[in-house]
Amino acid sequence: MRATRSLEIGTGLFVILGLAALIFLTTQLPSSGLKLSFGKVPGYDVTAEFDNIGDLKVGAPVRMAGVRIGDVTAIGFDNQSYRADVHMHIYPQFSQIPVDSYASIDTEGLLGGQYISISPGGLSTYLKNGSQILQTQSAVVLENLINKFFANFSSSSSGGGAGGGGNGAKTPNQSKNP
Amino acid sequence: MSTRVVRSGYLLEGVRRFGLTGIFFARLLAACVRSLARPRLIVAQIFNAGARSLIIIMLSGLFTGMVLGLLGQDVLQRFGAETALGEVAALALLKELGPVLTALLFAGRAGTALTSEIGLMRATDQLTAMEVMAVDPMSYVAAPRFLGGLIAMPLLVAIFNVIGLYGAQLIGVGLLGIDRGTFWSQMQSAVSMRDVTEGIVKSVVFGAVVSLIAVNEGYQAEPTAEGVGLATTRTVVASSVLTLLLDYVLTAVFL
Repeated sequence: MRATRSLEIGTGLFVILGLAALIFLTTQLPSSGLKLSFGKVPGYDVTAEFDNIGDLKVGAPVRMAGVRIGDVTAIGFDNQSYRADVHMHIYPQFSQIPVDSYASIDTEGLLGGQYISISPGGLSTYLKNGSQILQTQSAVVLENLINKFFANFSSSSSGGGAGGGGNGAKTPNQSKNP
Repeated sequence: MSTRVVRSGYLLEGVRRFGLTGIFFARLLAACVRSLARPRLIVAQIFNAGARSLIIIMLSGLFTGMVLGLLGQDVLQRFGAETALGEVAALALLKELGPVLTALLFAGRAGTALTSEIGLMRATDQLTAMEVMAVDPMSYVAAPRFLGGLIAMPLLVAIFNVIGLYGAQLIGVGLLGIDRGTFWSQMQSAVSMRDVTEGIVKSVVFGAVVSLIAVNEGYQAEPTAEGVGLATTRTVVASSVLTLLLDYVLTAVFL
């Protein structure tokens, strides 16, 4: 009797473990799945609006001088301004970020994931829960960059200038026709 | 001339084995329905095939994931895409490594045990004795073992995958310094429900194939010590080859 009892408990444990693993795989992995959030990490939430977030995803890190200070919790769309609305959660120990800080979307490596980089401003009032970062810069979309580069390149080679590289301010259409 | 006869004899023997397995499978399915009346036997076999394989599956999963973390980071780094490690590890584990490695280990760990157990029952006339006592060995011995393997296999694959993912995270995040949030968010945006389904379908099919071959080989084993040994070898060889062959077919189906 004891032997069958321990056998049943062992089988039960195995089946529960297996089912838990199956549920984890079907809910936590796929993008369509239901995500559990394990309580709220202390800290505060700020938002920022971007013209273009590129390939930024929920869960991506928020960095300041390369140090992780928080993560992206939600990405929405503002129907009035037609811009992307990014919600960030900042860890409590980073409580002295000036309100006029500057948020941009950068890429790790050449093909890597994207993250939000915050450069500090100069004011002595700090971001708090619910505040918005007003100065933002969009993600660099590689295709646009290449387009601009080639537009620049063709115009500068006909004009004899040597200003190749990264002058992204020119729009390609302005400099196309000689 | 004589070699020709021998060769065609081998060929015919091979075809006969296929036929035997097919007939056995049909009888087994019928016996499965009858054996549902004795769920305790099935529970005992889930314990034998599943719970006892747990340690080897978890260890293999952990090390497979860790190797994926190391190798994936090394290769992806050359393209400056090491943040895609989570994506690579999850897809490789879910679609290919999890089901196939688990099936191979399962054939070695549980399949051989099934074959030698049933083969020894055959060799010591226990199956015949059951028939004499009007107990159907198909539904009393074979079917619970088949069902046990069939149920245990998808659970083992799921455990293998989860442990493997954490193994990849251990190396990628803990050792090589990829951001944890990036690791998981890249993974979650790249994996679709279809990939998960593919892994589950593969694991069910592999579980059925390995269990069927193991039970069948034991049941058809020649009732000698040598015969049982040969049957055990055939179980490992046949289920490994069939697993990899079906893996190709299923991958093509899901592509």
